[in-house]
Order: sequence, then structure tokens, then C-alpha cells
Amino acid sequence: MIIGLAHYLAVAAVLFTIGVFGIFVNRKNVIVILMSIELILLAVNINLVAFSRHLNEVSGQILAMFVLTVAAAEAAVGLAILVTFFRNRGDIAVDDASVMKG
Amino acid sequence: MLQAIAFYLMAAVTLGSGLFVISARNPVHSVLWLILSFFSAAGLFVLMGAEFLAMLLVVVYVGAVAVLFLFVVMMLDVDFVRLREGYAQYLPIGGVVALLLMIEMVLVSFAVADRGAAAGKQIVAAAADASNAESIGRVLYTDYVYFFQAAGIVLLIAMIGAIVLTLRHKPHVKRQDIHTQVGRKRSNAMAVVTPKTGEGIADQ
Repeated sequence: MIIGLAHYLAVAAVLFTIGVFGIFVNRKNVIVILMSIELILLAVNINLVAFSRHLNEVSGQILAMFVLTVAAAEAAVGLAILVTFFRNRGDIAVDDASVMKG
Repeated sequence: MLQAIAFYLMAAVTLGSGLFVISARNPVHSVLWLILSFFSAAGLFVLMGAEFLAMLLVVVYVGAVAVLFLFVVMMLDVDFVRLREGYAQYLPIGGVVALLLMIEMVLVSFAVADRGAAAGKQIVAAAADASNAESIGRVLYTDYVYFFQAAGIVLLIAMIGAIVLTLRHKPHVKRQDIHTQVGRKRSNAMAVVTPKTGEGIADQ
């Protein structure tokens, strides 16, 4: 049994879906939402590396590295915003953050 | 055969722990499941021959991002039970959307793998004289060097942003002020008084 491109793409698709589902059901918990975003970006990375291997082209892995960089930066800034939000309001429920009626 | 077993094992662990990330009651458990998920995804990367990226995933995520998450989750005193309100309410609609999304994406990926631009290409074994890290380095520092620098700037800005957001100076806390400390002069630090005998020095 040969594990090909389609197998990895399917795994990435299911992982992406899990991430989207996590955002759906944990609408109040910002921490879990951030983790779901990390899962989505991981699915993107699996896709990139799978195509990179399949086409024997290393630039896909480079792009995955940049996605990794941006994901780390996003997690850092997101958690910093979360800490500031918690200090100001004493809670992290995102549906309370509707002062601007956005 | 061995490769297939490894693939299915790691894929199952990745997806299963991904599910636990979004369904665990305690966010600390969520973070631990996230670590497991990233670890087995790194295993998948090794299976695909991207060893460098796999190690990067372990170092960056398990070593830095997950620990950051753990710190924040444990430091914030949050009532996590209240945050789970609405979980059951959004479960059906979320499940329907997720199911549709999953079916579509899996169908598209099978179609791409069968008939897309990538179809029919044989997997070419990587050149034996260049390791994965070496071939990445050869491209990263030549063709993509400006993007590499830009990624560094992104990280710098994220670091500065996180510090600016979380740094705070409490009032009423005495701090060392190096500037005034070093800038002290004799004229504003001391005064020569000539008190009269028997009167003391009251508020000169």
C-alpha cells in the first residue's frame, strides 16, 4: 500500500475542518479559538509539504516555514491582547467585547 | 507497508488529538492535546521527507508556542465553565457546516491528486547528496532571501507588540530611574546651610 498525495491532502482537509469546527463551538473561549487557528495553519502546512514532496520542489517547504513564522507571531500577539483584555475586564469572554458594536 | 502503518497511526493521533483540543473541558488539557497533535504532525512531516520542517515544528510549537499558551491559560484566573455556555447550542449548525466543508475539501483533494496538475507525476527521490536541510538552505538564502528578512521583521514586530501590550508600570511602586540617578548634579542634590547655634535647620 502506497501512501500518496491524496492521503496527506485528506488528513489536512479533516484537520482544517476540525479547526473550523472548534471556532464554531467555542465561540466564547478565545484561548481555544486561538488553538483552533493553530490547527488550521497546521493543516495548511501539511498541504504545502505534501505538494512540495509530490512535485519535488522545495519552495513549498519554504512557504510552510513562513506560515510557521506568521503563526508564531500571531499566537504571541493574540495572547498578549488576551492578557491585556483580561486585565481590563477580569474575564476573557469574547462576546463581552462588543463595545464598538462591530 | 511499514510506511502505511506509520502514516495511519500518526494521522489518527493528529486528528484525534485535534478533536480533543476543541472538545476538552479544561483549556490546560486542550493545550496538552495541541502539543500531541503537533508532535504527530511532525511525524507526518518526517514521513514526507521534510525532516527540517518537522524539527522546526517541534522546536517552535512544542517548545515556544504551546508553552506560551500554557503560561497564559494557567496565569489567567478565568471561570472556564461559563465560557462553555453555548457549546451545545452551536454544536448542530457547526457540525453541519464542518461536515459539508470536510466532504468538499476531501473530494477536491482526491480530484487534485487524481486529475490535477500534480497528477501522474512520479515522486522523484531527493538527490542523495543533498539533505533536506541543505536543499532548503540553498533556496532560502538565495531565491527567498528577502522573504526571509521580512519574516525576521514580522517576528521583531510581534515581539515588540507583545511587550508593548503587556508591559505596565503600576503607580505607587518605587522604581530605579537610571536617568535621574545618573543625571544628578551637586547643585540639585545638596545644599550648604549655616544654621545658627541652638536653632536647628528647619526647611531651608
